Amino acid sequence: MMYDTIDIALLLAKIALVFFVILTLAAYLVFAERKVLAWIQDRKGPNRVGPFGLLQPLADLIKLLTKEDFRPIGADKWLFYLAPAMAAIPAIMIFAVIPFGAPLTLFGHTVLLQVSDLNVGLLLFMALSSIAVYGVALGGWASNSKYALLGSIRGLAQLISYELSMGLSLVPVVMLARSFRLSDIVNAQSGCWFIVYQPLAFVIFLISIAAECKRIPFELPEAEGELVAGFHTEYSGMRFGLFFVGEYINIIVLGGLAATFFLGGWHGPFLPPVVWFSAKVLAFAFLFIWMRGTLPRLRYDQLMHFGWKILTPLALVNIVVTGWWLVLRG
Amino acid sequence: METYLFYILATVTVIGTILAITEKHPVHAIVYLVTSFFSLASIFFLLSAPLIAMFEVIIYAGAVMVLFMFVIMMLDLGRADEAKRPPLRQWFLPVILGGIILVSIGVLAAGYVTTPHAPGAITVRDFAVTLFRKYGVAVEIISMQLLFAVVGALYLGRRRP
Repeated sequence: MMYDTIDIALLLAKIALVFFVILTLAAYLVFAERKVLAWIQDRKGPNRVGPFGLLQPLADLIKLLTKEDFRPIGADKWLFYLAPAMAAIPAIMIFAVIPFGAPLTLFGHTVLLQVSDLNVGLLLFMALSSIAVYGVALGGWASNSKYALLGSIRGLAQLISYELSMGLSLVPVVMLARSFRLSDIVNAQSGCWFIVYQPLAFVIFLISIAAECKRIPFELPEAEGELVAGFHTEYSGMRFGLFFVGEYINIIVLGGLAATFFLGGWHGPFLPPVVWFSAKVLAFAFLFIWMRGTLPRLRYDQLMHFGWKILTPLALVNIVVTGWWLVLRG
Repeated sequence: METYLFYILATVTVIGTILAITEKHPVHAIVYLVTSFFSLASIFFLLSAPLIAMFEVIIYAGAVMVLFMFVIMMLDLGRADEAKRPPLRQWFLPVILGGIILVSIGVLAAGYVTTPHAPGAITVRDFAVTLFRKYGVAVEIISMQLLFAVVGALYLGRRRP
């Protein structure tokens, strides 16, 4: 394979841009969550650092970086240190296949607003999201603490249950778009968004990604009320920060994927594509925060029953119906 | 460039697999095996088989190993000192079977002629057509077998009165 110097430069620029935007957005999503939750609960939220508290993420970062980084006695040294990175890196890697805007033309080059237009993009997302659970599992196990271990076991069981319904809810999308390539899926929705054809698949996917990013009502791996802080009980400083930021990166990435699969990606009238895409991602982020502010937590067995006995069969029926519909439509 | 990448990934795969076998601690062994699967998937990707690469990660690293880990954590099997060397009697059969595989690989490698690389990547469409048209019956039989396994698991895990 031969690459142009310009292509490599553009690729590196895109990667740098994605990293910068996502990390900044994740930091401000934490801030937005605190503000929105405060608003829901009739409080003021962080408002001391900078105008309207806007510099709060910076203050949090300084606090996390300067905190003592300690390791409990009896912890598995290497796995304890590596686990936070294992949780955060796959989340940000998924963004490589998400198209965040219409292709541009710069200096005679067509620039895809997507780091890599892989022909198995959808599968890459499935692969990386199934790898991401190792961070949670190993972090909790290596801490050598029973609360952390319980959180990890819950995380694993939750992932095994929800990965399946998430994958199955995406099968109709692939059937409609006839491709695993995310740019093809977006282009197939230029006329009509897939949420119109597949409302059920959209709902299943939405529930599954809420479980995937461990948000209320599915935040059992953390469950402050019962497990102290779940899998990251023993973590402090920036290692805890990585787990925390990884969760918010996950919200952004999964919101972007939901927009790509069901809401037409960057398609939309009047406004520029990048603006449309960002608006959809932020809408999903807001939805997740809203859910956290309003919903109670499910019990562990309720969650498993719901995943295996309701979501998975529904997703299977949905696939069969979509198949018949496609055949009969011709 | 790709040749160097291949050698790096191949080294990681081989070392990861060896460590997964020799490691006494089950959780560490799983981590090594997942590393090995991941770099093996990258090798598949280099060989222009992205679909196989993704399946390798989704199925083996993502599903099977997560299940292993779940069982090890749930039953608290992570005790390194309990892992003992199996008695000599149990070594007999694996050594014979391993020997047969090694000899076959040797024979194959001796008569191997380098053929030109197949043009282009295998698309998802080609893969699907081959799997469900040409080998459709075999796929159905295998899925029936998986169904039997599910029914069996349901029977074993049923709530006894």
